Amino acid sequence: MASKVIHAFYDDDDVLMLAVKKVKAAKLHIEEVYCPFPVHGLDKAMGLAPTRLAITAFLYGLVGLTVATLMMNYIMIEDWPQDIGGKPSFSYLENLPAFVPIMFELTVFFAAHLMVITFYLRSRLWPFKEAENPDVRTTDDHFLMEIEIHDNEQELRDLLMNTGAVEINISEKNSH
Amino acid sequence: MYTFSNRLKIASIILMIVGALGIIGGFVMAPGTIAEAKEMVASHDQGHGDAHAAKADHTTNKSDHTVAETHGDEHDSSHDQHLLDQLKNRPWAALYVAAFFFMMISLGVLAFYAIQRAAQAGWSPLLFRVMEGITAYLVPGGIIVFVILLLSVLHMNHLFIWMDESVVAHDALLQGKSGYLNPTFFLIRAAIFLAGWIGYREYSRKLSIAQDASDDNSNFKLNFRISAGFLVFYLISESIMSWDWIMSVEPHWFSTLFGWYIFASMFVSGITVIAMVTIYLKSKGHLPDVNDSHIHDLAKFMFGISIFWTYLWFSQFMLIWYSNIPEEVTYYVTRIADYRLPFFGMVAMNFLFPVLLLMNSDYKRINWFVILTGIVILAGHYMDIFNAIMPSTVGKNWYIGIPEIGAVLFFTGLFIFWVFRALSTQPLQPKRNPFIEESKHFHY
Repeated sequence: MASKVIHAFYDDDDVLMLAVKKVKAAKLHIEEVYCPFPVHGLDKAMGLAPTRLAITAFLYGLVGLTVATLMMNYIMIEDWPQDIGGKPSFSYLENLPAFVPIMFELTVFFAAHLMVITFYLRSRLWPFKEAENPDVRTTDDHFLMEIEIHDNEQELRDLLMNTGAVEINISEKNSH
Repeated sequence: MYTFSNRLKIASIILMIVGALGIIGGFVMAPGTIAEAKEMVASHDQGHGDAHAAKADHTTNKSDHTVAETHGDEHDSSHDQHLLDQLKNRPWAALYVAAFFFMMISLGVLAFYAIQRAAQAGWSPLLFRVMEGITAYLVPGGIIVFVILLLSVLHMNHLFIWMDESVVAHDALLQGKSGYLNPTFFLIRAAIFLAGWIGYREYSRKLSIAQDASDDNSNFKLNFRISAGFLVFYLISESIMSWDWIMSVEPHWFSTLFGWYIFASMFVSGITVIAMVTIYLKSKGHLPDVNDSHIHDLAKFMFGISIFWTYLWFSQFMLIWYSNIPEEVTYYVTRIADYRLPFFGMVAMNFLFPVLLLMNSDYKRINWFVILTGIVILAGHYMDIFNAIMPSTVGKNWYIGIPEIGAVLFFTGLFIFWVFRALSTQPLQPKRNPFIEESKHFHY
């Protein structure tokens, strides 16, 4: 389904933030905002639902902790116990301090890597994927706000001009 | 302008009076003779009826002392004398732990403040007066600690056994260290450190207030320069201070990251107190421009530095546990044998509690949540200093009783009194700090 969208360009993140607030105040739905860098507070201003990535990070951390514990228990206690520094390893608990660094590292490792992978999947990103941003300048020094048009083109134009947009384009968009 | 409310003033004075009674009570209750000391320990054992595993413990303990103090064959009498010394030490150690703990809070705040100045931080200028108010306590707090150290040098107590010439005479290790660990040099170092910290505090405060009335930024720039210089002095002096005032209660033992470890403790306690005082003042309608994002940032620091503290605690513990060298490992052996609950309880309070409570970013903005976590963190870091001082000064005869609680109450009262009195002398919001606008609009 093709729909008409309006693209408003901004060249400053503070102007963009104010514009987003004005558009939201006019009870319009912002389709998407493309930025060259993350803008603090933009998600809140746009009214996006809070990210659940932090929760997945916590869960992945727990997975990493579990993997480390099971792995070290198998390697160092069950499979091949050794006497290191006068501390024979026959009990995981008694040798726990030696395993803490590994438990910590694998917790961080799992949380970080799995979170990045989740982020890619959730954002539909993969290698050689064609860029989705409608204008190449959003990777350089421009911010772009995309709003769908429902027979209110002139209204939208006036509103966006008043918010300090430096350029306004209309284009067709194929929704995925 | 903030006025020190009468209710808070009266509360702090009551705390001081009750605390002073507790401190005096502790000194009165301390035994004067060996017979009294033995009787106290006996009745204590009976009263608690706990299985002290008397025989085994007793013998190992005795042989420990023989090695440590090379007292030769006077086993029994030296042991009894030791017991008396420990029980006599208890009120002193309780006083010292609390005095040091509150001095450490204001010193930690001073370091945090100097970092904000040196980094020219934009978010924090709104909190500068709060920090300056807390560092005001460094003057009485530092002097009290110095007086306790002076009394130790004058042999009023046995907190620092290396000050006892008869002990040093029998101890080759202490003789080897005496070029550094001797009473005169010890006091000179303490005086230099306190003079440096208090001198910076007073000068920086003066410049900070002068900046409000001036029409250029020269005071601000000078403050930036002296703060950067102070941080160099602070890192060196804090490290040496931690060896002198804490590590040397156990003069045979040493750890090379001890300075960092104590620094982490004082830094997190200090930041916690900044957050608590700020939230208190805000709840009374002051500091109108301080928003949730400022509290959020302080809570992030509380969270982060708590983890940093745990990292250092564990680094120190694991290396010593693993290498298992006798002169190093005794430190943890005594703590795990005789101080199991405070030792591991402190790790739970200083690590698990803040990590779980402050992990969620929204919780860092809920004021009562920050206060609740702050109280646990402060109690945990009191226990940290307790665990550092007590095992070497009172040994197994520790207890959180009248002397300890009394000392904590007294210094809480003095701290509140001094800090809020200092806060009431100047407007709570700096007017002409060049970053004040950025701080007002700080949002996360």
